[in-house]
Amino acid sequence: MDALMNFGTGIFGGAWPAVWTLIKIVLIVAPMMLGVAYLTYFERKVIGYMQVRIGPNRVGPWGLIQPIADGLKLLMKEIIVPSGANKGIFIIAPMLAIAPALAAWAVVPFTDSLVLANIDASLLYIMAITSMGVYGIILSGWASNSKYAFLGAMRSAAQMVSYEISMGFSLICVLMVSNSLNLVEIVNVQNQGRFAGWGLSFLSWNWLPLFPMFLVYLISGVAETNRAPFDVAEGESEIVAGFHVEYSGMAFAVFFLAEYANMILVSALTSIMFLGGWLSPVSFLPDGILWLFAKMSAILFLFLWFRATFPRYRYDQLMRLGWKVFVPICLIWLVVVGVWMMSPLNIWK
Amino acid sequence: MGSMKEIFNSLFLKELLKGMSVTGKYFFARKITVQYPEEKTPQSFRFRGLHALRRYPNGEERCIACKLCEAICPALAITIEAEPRDDGSRRTTRYDIDLTKCIFCGFCEEACPVDAVVETRIFEYHGEKRGDLYYTKQMLLANGDRYEDQIAKDRELDASYR
Repeated sequence: MDALMNFGTGIFGGAWPAVWTLIKIVLIVAPMMLGVAYLTYFERKVIGYMQVRIGPNRVGPWGLIQPIADGLKLLMKEIIVPSGANKGIFIIAPMLAIAPALAAWAVVPFTDSLVLANIDASLLYIMAITSMGVYGIILSGWASNSKYAFLGAMRSAAQMVSYEISMGFSLICVLMVSNSLNLVEIVNVQNQGRFAGWGLSFLSWNWLPLFPMFLVYLISGVAETNRAPFDVAEGESEIVAGFHVEYSGMAFAVFFLAEYANMILVSALTSIMFLGGWLSPVSFLPDGILWLFAKMSAILFLFLWFRATFPRYRYDQLMRLGWKVFVPICLIWLVVVGVWMMSPLNIWK
Repeated sequence: MGSMKEIFNSLFLKELLKGMSVTGKYFFARKITVQYPEEKTPQSFRFRGLHALRRYPNGEERCIACKLCEAICPALAITIEAEPRDDGSRRTTRYDIDLTKCIFCGFCEEACPVDAVVETRIFEYHGEKRGDLYYTKQMLLANGDRYEDQIAKDRELDASYR
């Protein structure tokens, strides 16, 4: 590592730290994009299997080249800008949608040392950055100058704002018990406790004492990413495709990438906040990045499972769930956790 | 009390888990996909596909230009013109089926008194430009010559049900 650093300083001089950071960004974003591409493949496979079909299997062995073929097709296609659209915003909107999904990865810890920016307010940073994603959707709907796109954008804006609240509350509970905003710290704290002492650290992770918050976070995460059964922003049967009706070619693909990148991000965050990140569930197995990937894959599979199972929520049901169910549950559990921490039964000292 | 139970059930996502167990079960079920070009589903001998005009074993065409098929065709896909031939028998000079109009109802086949026009099992055919699916008498007779074995066998199988 030192040799690499010296080599880099020799070539780039004072610009080396910036170049090194860029290299690290590429090392995170490139596998992420590949992961996004193959997540679309696995989605089609999993949903196919649940519908007693076999899914894509023509392009390459078991259809493994399918996402590459899809990507190439979308790259070749023309990006049509409607004549009534606001051209500048129309082009910028997809970028605004994908940028936060990628930027949030800056603070996501893969292991306790493998993190691009180990900042103390990383939880705050995550909440701030992920909230930005809704701008891409609102602006795309607005700039398209189309009824359906506008309706989709309005729906998705209202939905994301509502679920952001319950998401924030569930993260506040995590924040309370771990006494830190630093994601690395949040994971490390989950490795302490009575069960962890017995070697069963998976019972010490946040998901068990904060089980309702875990569910609320997971379900709000599905809603945040506009995934089925909360995909009213797309609502094919009602508003065609929602905010991205007017998009074609790569501009459409970028929205698609953003949705899947957000899915991966939410699964990573759920693993880190509630499922102990890179920690191994039992003490006789070593901790490591593979555990994080395993947990993320399990949650992503859950996302696909949801999509294969549940019909779309009606819009008013969606709002009811957000405001009249999740927010009260969050508030109650917030008080419960507070009282718990003040009582002699506190398990987080 | 009923509403308490309802709240309890919805809080613990009972019905959602039930639904997920169903899809979860089918995830492992045997897949029923038929991989089309390599695998095909079985066909009935009454399958109604591409048309053909048949001949008698001595090579004489069966069609006597009675125009019953043209009359019964609900899609008006058949066009027939007829004249007496030199030997005095009545034969078609033109027998066209526009397959883009045809709805494959099989009425022409049923109407035919001499089993001349039939529908074969062929369904994998295409046209590359407009007019390619307008079949003339020559093309239909050629179909008949090509698939006669299959056609005759299918009629024989069907005969006992008539």
